[in-house]
Amino acid sequence: MADLESFREDVRQWLAANAPKSLVGMTGGDLEGNWGGRKATYPNPDMKRWLELCAARGFTAPEWPREYGGGGLSREETKVLRQELARAKLPPPLIGFGLTMIGPTLLMFGDEEQKKEHLPKICRGEIRWCQGYSEPGAGSDLAGLQTRAVLDGDHYILNGQKIWTSYADLCDWQFCLVRTDPNAKKQEGISFILFDMETPGVSVKPIKLISGSSPFCETFLTDVRVPVKNVVSKVNNGWTVAKALLAHERTMIADAFGSAAGGGKSRGFTALARDYLDFEDGTLADASLRHRIAQVEMDARAFLLTTQRARDAAKAGHAPGTESSIFKVYGTELNQRRLEVMLSIAGPQALGWEGAGFDERELDLTRQWLRSRANTIEGGTSEVQLNIIAKRVLGLPD
Amino acid sequence: MQLVLTEEQELLAKTAGDWVREHSPVTRVRQLRDTNDPTGFSRPLWKQMAELGWVGIVFPEQYGGAGMGYADLAVVLEALGRTLAPEPFLSTVLLGGQALLVGGSDAQKKAWLPGLCEGGKLLALAQQEPKSRHDLFRVATRARPDGTGFRLEGEKIQVLDAQVADALLVVARSSGGERDAAGLTLFLVPRDAAGLRVTPQTRIDHRNAALVRLDGVRVGADAVVGAIGQGGALLQQVVDCATVGLCAEMLGATSQVFDDTLHYLKTRIQFGVPIGSFQALKHRAARVFMEIELARSAVMAVARAADAGDADFEKLVSLAKARCSDAFVLAANEAVQMFGGVGMTDEYDVGFYLKRARVAEMTFGDAAWHRERYARLGGY
Repeated sequence: MADLESFREDVRQWLAANAPKSLVGMTGGDLEGNWGGRKATYPNPDMKRWLELCAARGFTAPEWPREYGGGGLSREETKVLRQELARAKLPPPLIGFGLTMIGPTLLMFGDEEQKKEHLPKICRGEIRWCQGYSEPGAGSDLAGLQTRAVLDGDHYILNGQKIWTSYADLCDWQFCLVRTDPNAKKQEGISFILFDMETPGVSVKPIKLISGSSPFCETFLTDVRVPVKNVVSKVNNGWTVAKALLAHERTMIADAFGSAAGGGKSRGFTALARDYLDFEDGTLADASLRHRIAQVEMDARAFLLTTQRARDAAKAGHAPGTESSIFKVYGTELNQRRLEVMLSIAGPQALGWEGAGFDERELDLTRQWLRSRANTIEGGTSEVQLNIIAKRVLGLPD
Repeated sequence: MQLVLTEEQELLAKTAGDWVREHSPVTRVRQLRDTNDPTGFSRPLWKQMAELGWVGIVFPEQYGGAGMGYADLAVVLEALGRTLAPEPFLSTVLLGGQALLVGGSDAQKKAWLPGLCEGGKLLALAQQEPKSRHDLFRVATRARPDGTGFRLEGEKIQVLDAQVADALLVVARSSGGERDAAGLTLFLVPRDAAGLRVTPQTRIDHRNAALVRLDGVRVGADAVVGAIGQGGALLQQVVDCATVGLCAEMLGATSQVFDDTLHYLKTRIQFGVPIGSFQALKHRAARVFMEIELARSAVMAVARAADAGDADFEKLVSLAKARCSDAFVLAANEAVQMFGGVGMTDEYDVGFYLKRARVAEMTFGDAAWHRERYARLGGY
């Protein structure tokens, strides 16, 4: 513990000496921040400097081994680092699927060459990754995917279409599921492969959503040549890799929406209520809205306590408990309910699309609400998650 | 606050679980009901629970207790809740006993607590009135000065275990209007006091509860528990702590009725397959499971907050009681639906859980009442 405290002191001093002052207070949610990559733009050059400084110390991927560009820190030290960043009101230096999805997957399944090639670039924020999983005909039934990979010497030739590829238009590399054995049982003919988005034959088209933004894309693959050495784990073992990565993805989604619902953003609840609603003797006059707010706040509190319980159990050395299976479903539904209630609080002022008569907070709230409807679909629909709970946790028969 | 059981608590949970399976099946509750047992619980088993250290678990060692905390008590009550054990934990340990421990004089504590911890003396808290619903401070029962003491006049309803208690802690108004928080005083009244009439009531869960009529009951100054006119705060604190215990019991019962439901879903065959293979039922079961996990987190948090004297304790009490109320009612309702017709029969145990769920929900405030309180504590 003494070591931990001296580590904290070191971090604190380093932050005081190095952290750009212009970034203080930019502690956006887990889905907002510096995603890095070749196409990254930096309206504030300090964002780039902050990334470089942190990457040099291994602070972008604190728990990864030093040899791959990580910080080689323990879980406890990483927690201290996060606490100190929060204390100094500093944003994480880098976010994205490299750190949260493909990186941990390569650490578990990648060969030495793949780890040496990709992990340091992730840590330095040089390469931004996207996820080629879903296809027009393979949504919840992901294992039904049809994108073909045919062996041709030391390359695979990829043909097919991916959809809902998050930020593919801004990404540099894709981790992708392809069918390498069309004759095997559907889960057993899939491989997990990596390719550069600049490879000839790759094209990307953004999809405009109901919120007006285009966070998702279609990715078209036409005779794309990818070296065989880019297959992660064994050929036809991709489903195992894919499932492990999905677990990382769901944890990330649950964390993001859980903390949004229960953490900083929920403090906005009462502030919002005070701006839009009447109070009588310190109490919200609209009793039905008061109860809806209380319900969501209490749900958020119980959800946060449950994530804490999972962490405390892990710290105490227990195997992951059944509680963590609920995070994806509950966290995303909670986020939707939170935004529904906020919409009710803002009332007619939540109906603006753009322009006169609506302020920035109102427009942002409305777009967030529209965006949130995807939360219970992306990364495994709530219904698929409930099936998983029923089967794996409750032991109900197929 | 660590939301994880210590090794000692793991062991306690196992001991309590084993003991409950061996000594306290649900058939015991059925038998007490069917034989109209006048005691309403088992005195020999209560004695055993005392010997195991459970009755005195939260009382200091100087009174014969174990000096442990609510986090430990919660583990025991969860195990007992699984099979709806009707022993008088709420009335004697959590309400009457805690009121004496927190507010009582040295003499009162010495006179009552050692006997209580041994599994002998029983207490009850006479608080609820015909018009009070969930409001602790809505008290019409009056305490009028009479010489050096008082005369108590009023009517209490659904007083837990009043018919078996050796003494009752009576909440009465010594000053102020019917809804004022100020002006309440607690009195320790022997059950055989002149003018005190106890009439057993039968509720849907068949646990002990009674009407208590106070017709000019005379008590001395030494019957006052805590400070005169300041019983409101004491009452709130005691009921909040008792709510922690009730929540643990509810969590146990909820978990058990859900386990029973899962077992049924896996073994009941219709259309040639187990009904648990139907997605309509799988999803409903998974949703009940989520509610139970969230309730468990809230119960663990509030029990630890009680032990640590956490500033957030009151909010956590309301969080836990609202969640446990909703989860228990949901799990019991879903159990009856998924068991189908047999779930409606008295022969199956499911109905016992459904009935207990409603009683527990209404005890110390239902979910809506606690959401209202949570909002008020949150400043809106």
